[in-house]
Amino acid sequence: MFTKPIHTKLLYLVILAAALFLPLYVPDPYIFQIVTMSLLFAIATSGMNLIIGITGQASLAHGAFFGIGAYGVAIMTKAGITFWLALPASALIAAFAGLLVGLPTLRTRGSYFAITTLCFGVILWIVAGNWIDLTGGHNGIFGIPRPSAIPVPFYGEIPLYSQAAMYFLALGFLLLTLFALYRLVYSIFGLSLMAVRNNEPLADSVGVNTFVTKLVSFVIANFIAGLAGGLYACIIGAVSPSAAGYMMTFNFLIFLILGGMATLPGPVVGAFAIPVIMEFLQFMGDYRMLFFGALLVVVIIYFPQGFVGGLRLLNQKVVARRQRKISESGHASR
Amino acid sequence: MELFLQQVFNGVMFGSTYAIVALGLTLVMGILNIPNFAHGHLYMIGGYITFFFMTSVGLAYWFALLLSVAALGVLGVLMERFVYRPLNDQPHINAFIAAIGSLLFLEALALVVWGSQGLRIPNPHPQIFEVGGITMSLQRLLVIFGAVGLITALHLFMKKTIAGTTIEAVAQNREGAMLTGINVNRVSAMTFAISAGTAAVAASFLTPIFMLSPSMGAILGMKAFVIVILGGMGSIPGAILGGYILGLIEALGGGYISAAYKDVFAFGALVLILSIKPTGIFGRKED
Repeated sequence: MFTKPIHTKLLYLVILAAALFLPLYVPDPYIFQIVTMSLLFAIATSGMNLIIGITGQASLAHGAFFGIGAYGVAIMTKAGITFWLALPASALIAAFAGLLVGLPTLRTRGSYFAITTLCFGVILWIVAGNWIDLTGGHNGIFGIPRPSAIPVPFYGEIPLYSQAAMYFLALGFLLLTLFALYRLVYSIFGLSLMAVRNNEPLADSVGVNTFVTKLVSFVIANFIAGLAGGLYACIIGAVSPSAAGYMMTFNFLIFLILGGMATLPGPVVGAFAIPVIMEFLQFMGDYRMLFFGALLVVVIIYFPQGFVGGLRLLNQKVVARRQRKISESGHASR
Repeated sequence: MELFLQQVFNGVMFGSTYAIVALGLTLVMGILNIPNFAHGHLYMIGGYITFFFMTSVGLAYWFALLLSVAALGVLGVLMERFVYRPLNDQPHINAFIAAIGSLLFLEALALVVWGSQGLRIPNPHPQIFEVGGITMSLQRLLVIFGAVGLITALHLFMKKTIAGTTIEAVAQNREGAMLTGINVNRVSAMTFAISAGTAAVAASFLTPIFMLSPSMGAILGMKAFVIVILGGMGSIPGAILGGYILGLIEALGGGYISAAYKDVFAFGALVLILSIKPTGIFGRKED
């Protein structure tokens, strides 16, 4: 039903190969760290895309759920629980928190939903900065242990101490997330998500339970955010309240909008391109946010589909023109 | 008892600021249906411009205040024209995202021009009174009475002048207002100018008391949103009353329960009330 042309498939294969061999040709540990972080942000932004782009509900608590995942892994691994248990547990806690928050707040619509979720995010940020016994207050938690080695039969163990191992860990989870989202979006349930986005009363009248649909989408999105947060805690090795702050949400939003809302590659493109551009614009210092703030406004006014959406639009136009030419020449020969 | 009265005094002072800022926001949100999430950042820029005119140019406090109001009025008009008007007939959420873009822009602007460290305006009215055990400075009294004056002036403008009544006409029925020959775009620009100008007044009143910092607009803007939603979109009495109530809740909650968590009360109240009544206490059915 949704088969892609062969050159698109090839492009994806090339990108995958480039990602797999990336540790070979990016020797600089600093740049490597940025790329690894981009993988995490891509996971989190893909989750945000599910609720904002696909379902059309502007949740601005995404950073807060990212923070729940990060603090969950930090607190649990510090208490001696293995990372491989702490990560799914933290993601589940984030999903459960999403259920508790979603039940009341999803009754609101549009800007009301955005502002309610943002308020929840700010509350969580304040709590993270002040509940010193649990979160370490404004200093946060340091010295989060790296995950234990993975035992493999007949081979021994795969140690996870190196930077490259962290990179592959994040890459693996990104591919898993994208695969899960792909299956979800191109399913019947995915269609009902888009129906809710496009016209909620209409979706309601054709028998979609809009509230449950939105709630499930919100919970899954927050599960993904928690997962990304948990990985963040173990890769950085420290968390502070800024990991749960609203600036984190705004960053994800920039990645999402500039990359392309409601497309699966969009969030990944945004999460990779923007931090890299930020790095190149290092010489601009604080002027960078001036630039990105203005860029966000311009893009939302003139290119609301973002980079990937704009590219698709261009592609469609090219295809349409080619077909018109073919049909015109067909007429001429007759 | 003295502690209680002191907290009430501080609460009324904070409430005055909240009332003015929420008043500006309710005008653009309820009347023009624009979720101007950058309103708190307009407030922040207003404070910095007063600072600029006082310390860098060397003008007197009141003169700097007036110039700041004028500058913010212009900024408001520009924002309406170049950020929100192109998004008029797009989904509501796009305007919200554009607002986030402009608030990032304004915060970065303040950071670039004035730096991240806190700045302070020399207090023009440092006199201090003691009445019945309550310490009050002249500047704090000025905030309270200035707010009352501003609210009265705005009320008279809305009810007694033709320009004010056109704003109300657009709020009641946009198409109807167009049919009677009201230039809706001009009314939008005017409303934005008033909204940004009042934010500048609030900021200029408060900056001699508190530090200026680029991040001070974010939390205040969210609080103004809370007040507007709770008080009813576009309801001016709701914004004023809500502002004073929030100021008192925060001062008393901060004084008696926990100072670190005082911001949680406001945001918690919003989450709670919207969960029970999704369109706000006095909310109309949204379209």
